Amino acid sequence: MNIKELEEKSKAYRKKILKYIYNAKAGHTGGSLSIIDILNVLYNKVLNVSPENFNSSEKDIYIQSKGHCVEALYVVLADKGFFPEDDLLTLCQYQSPYIGHPTKKIKGMEQNTGGLGHGLSICCGSALAAKKDQSDVKVYTVLGDGEMAEGSNWEAFMFAAHYKLDNLCAILDYNKLQITAPNADVMGLEPLDKKLEAFGWAVRHVDGNDVEALVNTFDALPFEEGKPSFIIAHTTKGKGVSYMENVLKWHHGVPTAEQYELALAEIDG
Amino acid sequence: MGQEITNIPKGVGLANLEVFASTLESLAQADKTVFAVTSDSRGSGKLVAFGQKLPEQIVEVGIAEQNLVGVATGLASMRKKVFAVSPACFLTARALEQIKNDVCYSDNPVKLIGISAGVSYGALGSTHHSLHDYAVLRAINNITIIAPADNFETAEAIRQAAAMDSPVYLRFGKKNMPEKIEEVEHATSFEVGKGRVVKEGSDLTFIATGEAVWPCLKAAQKLAEEHQISATVVSMHTIKPLDQRLILQLASQNTPIITVEEHSVYGGLGEAVGSVLLQNGCHNKFKIVGLPDEHTVSGSQGEIFEHYGISEKGLTQSALNILG
Repeated sequence: MNIKELEEKSKAYRKKILKYIYNAKAGHTGGSLSIIDILNVLYNKVLNVSPENFNSSEKDIYIQSKGHCVEALYVVLADKGFFPEDDLLTLCQYQSPYIGHPTKKIKGMEQNTGGLGHGLSICCGSALAAKKDQSDVKVYTVLGDGEMAEGSNWEAFMFAAHYKLDNLCAILDYNKLQITAPNADVMGLEPLDKKLEAFGWAVRHVDGNDVEALVNTFDALPFEEGKPSFIIAHTTKGKGVSYMENVLKWHHGVPTAEQYELALAEIDG
Repeated sequence: MGQEITNIPKGVGLANLEVFASTLESLAQADKTVFAVTSDSRGSGKLVAFGQKLPEQIVEVGIAEQNLVGVATGLASMRKKVFAVSPACFLTARALEQIKNDVCYSDNPVKLIGISAGVSYGALGSTHHSLHDYAVLRAINNITIIAPADNFETAEAIRQAAAMDSPVYLRFGKKNMPEKIEEVEHATSFEVGKGRVVKEGSDLTFIATGEAVWPCLKAAQKLAEEHQISATVVSMHTIKPLDQRLILQLASQNTPIITVEEHSVYGGLGEAVGSVLLQNGCHNKFKIVGLPDEHTVSGSQGEIFEHYGISEKGLTQSALNILG
């Protein structure tokens, strides 16, 4: 898939995210729009994962630690053929398996996540197992910037460096807003690259809403042999819909009919 | 009249912890997918020899219990048979959300090993005691909870847990326990989910778990010798799922039931048994012996047991009181 095609995918994914959140009257809109370009590139360019090889021990592993932005992941997995997209019309409805966080009930999901600060530790165990098995399996996770305050992440940062897990890549969806306020006001992360480098990770910055830049960054993995890789992906919360971008209430805001139409028109435009 | 004791428990055996370690080592030697994951706890988990003999099969995470359970989950998801080993107090409190979400909710068959459980750490105090673990884990879906009473049950529990494709929590202490607590011939088998009747009697029943089974048997022997009272003693090693059938069978004798556990009287074996009794219309006299809802007294495990009546003397008195 070339860059132009990837960019078209991102537009289509954004519209679908809004469609299913609008239909469900629930979802994490702003974050799903900020991480979607990362998931697009992961699933269409990086990961060796498909419905056909999902039960194989040779496939790559993606665990979304930032579980609440599951709508973005559902849309991508449907596009990859893991389940019929229409299933998402039941999102968050009574007895639907398509709940508001990743669940193994849905094919394509590696683990149930949603409690913050869990994904990276699990990825560490999986990456270590792959090393022990001398397999080529690569392990990826997307972390939210708010969840970087969870102490368990820092336990995992130490572990990954100690065991030289260069088959592990963590991507931070750094949209810089969390539910209460900007990260900088709630619990500042900076200087994040220096902290992670001090913890033994190889770190790169990228524009996380630029698919070409993302492709180039993933192509460079591992950034350093013998070190886990960390991508600080600078994103915009609500990316692609002007009235949602960087506006706190769209963390889990649901558009009205009028707002929904306006959003679709903007993405197409 | 008390039943004649035919098979007095064989002397003092090893700490269940040591039996766990040697059993795990033999499993790991036979199966390269068996892993021990430790949080700077290989010494207290008696796994130093395991680490020396099988260095590729032990993973050290440092003092980081949340990461311990997360890493164990990741290994288990990659088809490893994982035993996450940490003091019960830290494992089941600090890493509770990882146990709930990553292991149980996500269906990863990690074996969680709570070492030095209950008040094993004695005078180190309440930071190091685990008197809440049955209660919190009972309320979490998809986990089996086992507290072996003796060396025999420990070895069997580890082997059977290793073969289970679901989460299991096992806890044991540091104190030496009998090789096999057993006075009846047909008590020899151990099966997860089935209580083991280690002594049969007709006047009352002790239903106990873990290291509280042994003082029950000693009390039963004293009751027989000095008071002509015949007590049944059950090792209810599996707290969840609970052997409801055995409890109702014992209740049908219409004699008093005393539960005994190295755990808070809230939320543990006693309340689980009480729930079975009440919901099935059983009106046996009933008493829960455990650690009361107070700051635990300081002392060794033996002294703490004695203080709260989890002892030959205390349980003999509880039996006499309930028989009135």
